[in-house]
Amino acid sequence: MSAAVSPSSREDSATDCAFQLRLYIAGHTMKSVAAFANLHRICETHLASQYTIDVIDLTKTPQLAAGDQILAIPTLVRRLPEPIKKIIGDLSNEERVLVGLDIKLAGPRPT
Amino acid sequence: MASIEQTKPTEWSHTLSKAPTGIEGLDEITAGGLPAGRPTLIAGSAGCGKTMLALEFLVRGATQFGEPGVFMMFEENAAELTANVRSLGFDLADLVARKMIALDHVHIERREIEETGEYDLEGLFIRLGHAIDSIGAKRVVLDTVEALFAGLPNEAILRSELRRMFRWLKDRGITAIITGERGEGNTITRHGLEEYVADCVIVLDQRVREQISTRRLRVLKYRGTAHGMNEYPFMIGTHGFSVLPVTSLQLDHSVSDLRVSTGIPRLDEMLSGHGVFRGSSVLVSGIPGTGKSSIAAKFIETACQRGERAMFFAYEESKAQIVRNMRSIDIDLEPWIKKGLLEIHASRPTLLGHEQHLVMMHDLVRAFKPTVVAVDPISNLFMAHDDAEVKPTLMRLIDWLKKEQITAILTSLTSGGDATSEPEDAQVGVSSLMDTWLLLRNSEIAGERNRTIFVRKSRGMAHSNQVREFILSDTGIDLVDVYVGSDRVLTGSARMAQEAHERATATLRGEDHQRQLRRLASKRKAIEAQIDTLRAEVESDIAEFDFAVAEQTSQDTITHRDTSAIFQRRGGVTRTSGRAMEKP
Repeated sequence: MSAAVSPSSREDSATDCAFQLRLYIAGHTMKSVAAFANLHRICETHLASQYTIDVIDLTKTPQLAAGDQILAIPTLVRRLPEPIKKIIGDLSNEERVLVGLDIKLAGPRPT
Repeated sequence: MASIEQTKPTEWSHTLSKAPTGIEGLDEITAGGLPAGRPTLIAGSAGCGKTMLALEFLVRGATQFGEPGVFMMFEENAAELTANVRSLGFDLADLVARKMIALDHVHIERREIEETGEYDLEGLFIRLGHAIDSIGAKRVVLDTVEALFAGLPNEAILRSELRRMFRWLKDRGITAIITGERGEGNTITRHGLEEYVADCVIVLDQRVREQISTRRLRVLKYRGTAHGMNEYPFMIGTHGFSVLPVTSLQLDHSVSDLRVSTGIPRLDEMLSGHGVFRGSSVLVSGIPGTGKSSIAAKFIETACQRGERAMFFAYEESKAQIVRNMRSIDIDLEPWIKKGLLEIHASRPTLLGHEQHLVMMHDLVRAFKPTVVAVDPISNLFMAHDDAEVKPTLMRLIDWLKKEQITAILTSLTSGGDATSEPEDAQVGVSSLMDTWLLLRNSEIAGERNRTIFVRKSRGMAHSNQVREFILSDTGIDLVDVYVGSDRVLTGSARMAQEAHERATATLRGEDHQRQLRRLASKRKAIEAQIDTLRAEVESDIAEFDFAVAEQTSQDTITHRDTSAIFQRRGGVTRTSGRAMEKP
């Protein structure tokens, strides 16, 4: 089951292209729920522009794990813009997430 | 725990159920294979063959024992692996297509990963589980888990997840192989994987000695099984792994009463008339140029002529050279090669370590099944100067050949000095393994060297103790009695000279004898002539005498007649009355 969440699709010339993010989880565990929540918050805060989040539950579709070389759960994969970046963990460390996703800071710098 | 199908014979009693590897030698050392449903650690330095061993376990499991397997690789990718193992005769692509093997390449790029909080390795589990379920795998290889240590930042999480993984595999009854890099110091592997894999640890080793690399395998640990504890040499050849265990130390091989001819009739005579026992080992030793290879080649040719298969391992000359050279002494090996009864394998002894040579020989003999094997020579094959190392390896070879009832003829080069010294002292260690020992020597007399041969020992039969001259000519090999005269042994042209001398002397004596006979004959004639003459004289004397007597008699008669006549005329009476009567 994949759920897509996308905000308003208004074009913003400030960012180059939409972020295509994929979150891999393995069932609804505490970590995966936390990850999703964190991700959503970060995206809303810093990626006010276009982004798509695909949530892939590997317990349902295990064959998809090989494609993105998923080992750890949860893993967030930034598919676009290239290059592909992977972030493992429940995304509680926001700074690392931003660094990992290479997101330019939008609002005031979080602590 | 899932049950594992056992297609192996139950000659090994196992309290622990085993997953056979299908690798000959390894199953013997481990008494049945790897522990079923449990993880085994294969440790070794780079290039030792861990991946190959693990892969062969998987492939054979799938093709021979009906257990599909998953190969999860962390370093190579599927294409590289497939290409690499093609040389072993494994077609991975085909096996994958037939759903007997599943390959999964797990790639971890440290640069790509950012750690942002709590995580676990459930992704890995899911992938593994998916791969296992997709083909119903019973065997899994993880090669090499240590790549995870390099890729993932948090070692604590990794270790706890690994522990969880092995438990997970055990629960599912999967026989797993984990490969790991050899560590320095106290640990078996660099990252201490052995703490998770407690059931069975196999260590592979590759060392280089005097420029030759030898590969060895050792079962370091195997819980619940009495296993072979030594290091065993192995080879990775065109059919995969070959491990050669020393299993035949029982010395319980059967023996034969049949005899095998050496091909040289007079040599057979020296060996109580029939040659050597089938399945025995024959050592032919001597200094260079004494004809050892020729004897071995003749032996081989004779076997082929009997319709048997033979194999010749040459470590000095190439195959073509052997064939050509043997032709010069009337031994033609070419037709037997063409007929498929003879195989000659020539290689440089420095090509492999002597243990690897052993494994190679073992494989070739097993495939070809000859009844006679020649190794020419064994002396430079075992380059190790250490007799302690040579003997066990040689012992394994000979033991194994005996077990298979293969007659072996082995030549050995000695570096002995002249004929008076005892070059065979250098062979003492090796010769005790041999049943028959033929010693070739050179004897130098009168400016030339000739070859001699004698039977130093031959177990189980009465053998000649005579030294014979050994002649190689274009009509073949021949043994000739040496000349023993005036306490000297003469061979070669000295012998021929002596024989000629003898012949001349004999002829001379003969002529002398004739002369004597003739002389006596003429003497006899002379005597007989004398006798004739005397006889003739005697006869003439007798004749004269007879004549004289006859004459006298007739004289008397005439005289008497005359006297009577005269008396009558005178008118007398005959004298008969004796009285004179008057005539009236």
